[in-house]
Amino acid sequence: MATMEIAGSVSRGARIRRALLPYLYLLPAFTVMAVITFYPLVYQIIVSFTDFQTKDLRFGLASPQLNWIGFKNYIDILTGGLPVQNFEFFRVLTYNFWWAITNVMLHVPAGVLIAVLLNVQGLWFKKIYRAIYILPVVVPPLVVATVWRNIFDEQYGAMNQFLTTVAMWFGATDPVRIRWLTEYTPPIPWLLPNGPLPLAYYAMMIANFWLGWPFMTVVATGALQSIPKDLYEAASIDGASDSQQFWHITVPLLRPAMIPAAVYGFTTSFNLFAFVYFMTGGGPARTTEILVTFAYDLVRNLRLYGAAAAFSVFIFFVSLTVFLITNRITRATETYTEA
Amino acid sequence: MTTKGEQKNFLVRFLTMNTSNEVGGRDLPLWRQLLLQILTLLITLEVMFPIMYIITLSFSSQTTRPSSLQLIPREISFVAYQQVLDRPTANPVTFLELLRNSFLLSVGVGLVALMIAVTAAYAFSRFKFKLRQVLMIMVFIPLLMPAVGLSTPLFLLMNSFRIVECSPGVLAFNPFTTCSTTGKLLFNLRDSLLGVGIAMISGALPFAIWNLKGYLDTIPRELEEAAAIDGASPNQVFFLIVLPLAVPQLAVTFFLGFIGHWQEFALPWLFLTKPQDYTLSMTLYNMTGQYANAIPWNRFSAFAVIVALPVAITYIALQKYITSGLTTGAVKG
Repeated sequence: MATMEIAGSVSRGARIRRALLPYLYLLPAFTVMAVITFYPLVYQIIVSFTDFQTKDLRFGLASPQLNWIGFKNYIDILTGGLPVQNFEFFRVLTYNFWWAITNVMLHVPAGVLIAVLLNVQGLWFKKIYRAIYILPVVVPPLVVATVWRNIFDEQYGAMNQFLTTVAMWFGATDPVRIRWLTEYTPPIPWLLPNGPLPLAYYAMMIANFWLGWPFMTVVATGALQSIPKDLYEAASIDGASDSQQFWHITVPLLRPAMIPAAVYGFTTSFNLFAFVYFMTGGGPARTTEILVTFAYDLVRNLRLYGAAAAFSVFIFFVSLTVFLITNRITRATETYTEA
Repeated sequence: MTTKGEQKNFLVRFLTMNTSNEVGGRDLPLWRQLLLQILTLLITLEVMFPIMYIITLSFSSQTTRPSSLQLIPREISFVAYQQVLDRPTANPVTFLELLRNSFLLSVGVGLVALMIAVTAAYAFSRFKFKLRQVLMIMVFIPLLMPAVGLSTPLFLLMNSFRIVECSPGVLAFNPFTTCSTTGKLLFNLRDSLLGVGIAMISGALPFAIWNLKGYLDTIPRELEEAAAIDGASPNQVFFLIVLPLAVPQLAVTFFLGFIGHWQEFALPWLFLTKPQDYTLSMTLYNMTGQYANAIPWNRFSAFAVIVALPVAITYIALQKYITSGLTTGAVKG
């Protein structure tokens, strides 16, 4: 920066030293990243062209049993040629997008509505509600997933017990035994044409809804506070109803804050590894598998290291595409705010 | 997009918002007030349902699985907590060891990443140099990759670092020296907390650089300029002015990292095989699902509460910084 330059004559040695200084500051970070980030990235690409398996672990790339198989891993992933049951790349990919989009589509409207509710003038106990509604944000998703997994337990879970109590009110006698996490038959077969959406998907949507909307409420509440009150006053003088005010003032003015939050929510849900892994492990029959959990299964349980590396390369390009799209959406809102 | 400062205060404002200066605040008709109270109470029930469920279970002394739904503790018994602190699972590992491993990983990774990141963040924030754009993109690229995406090469590379005892007294350091025969494996970097820590730093470092750079950009430069005019060298400016100013943000970045690393599961679960290296989150996983048949639910619940507490406390202590930190790291899943 110009701010660093000192006026007057500077010797040549000092100038060179100054030119090298930023690189000196970058040296520690880039040395470390070269070894533990960039080299693994390159190594990943190399391994993706081999059939690296457990037998090659001892000698690595120098292993005599290692075969160079070109793009076979990539082709196998796309065409279902991997020695893995129930795996179909494009189904997992669509499910992954569907999972992230449906989550955001529930969390954002719910978060906004609850923020509006909390913002109603004269509502009693506002502060207590705010303190309670923030709780899901502070609990680790890992713990949330394990707790909900138990809640959805077929025999002893709280959800079935709750439904049993409700059913008893209506005269039912048998306890409810819904196999939330293991039932394979999709309740609404046509919902995702590309593959089944088992009951576990809905169970996870419920659990992730609990986890997701409070963050949106926090963001929306902040944005609501920055909307000038006189806008509403002017509107009500002009005879606008509550719902008209909501659609024509609140919604458009919340948009610049909610779109980045929605993008954040989308990326988080898209790669929600620990949550999915803890709740269903991708089951039943890989129907709730997302890209990251499948990649993990490839390396941890199936030990197909070559295929796992190739799959991670796919994940990188999917993430890059997602980033380019979401970045464009966020940018678009920025200009929208300025206009 | 809203400005940084605004976002930073979302959580604080959410909790402490001044509601007294609202116009017409008192004339909410009673029937509407009651209707809205019913709604907010329903939402409260939704939020409290799993929390009360797990707390109630954790205070129960019954080791049988719950046969009916209970959301309010009927007894306050610390038996489950005591048992979990005594011996969490069937594995020969104590609670203190699990806690130590989790702490070593989350604190160690956070500190090391921060120390390495801060000078790089400073360079990106304050210097203009030829390769700036290229190098910044190089830092950004790993941020695009979900954490699991690099686990394969890290696993394989770490696994090749082994110390083998070829014959009594003769050591080979794979991959630099090897034994002619198969020896006894003494140490495998992959199967150690050190290896997991290194692998975690690989993901934490770009995030720390990016996060800190964003913050340093917001520190006004007048102080640095004044110091430079007074004859301070760039190094002095960095160590005596910028670093002290950045301490709050360094702390925030550290604690944000801590929250994430405390829950880290994928890498330790992939790398570690020895029970004495296990972390709290790995044990939590062991307590559910296929391995969990022997674990009473009250013990699992007590353990879940214990794992959640440090994160919840850190969050509440840091709430005014959290939202900004989250949105800065929005790229990483």
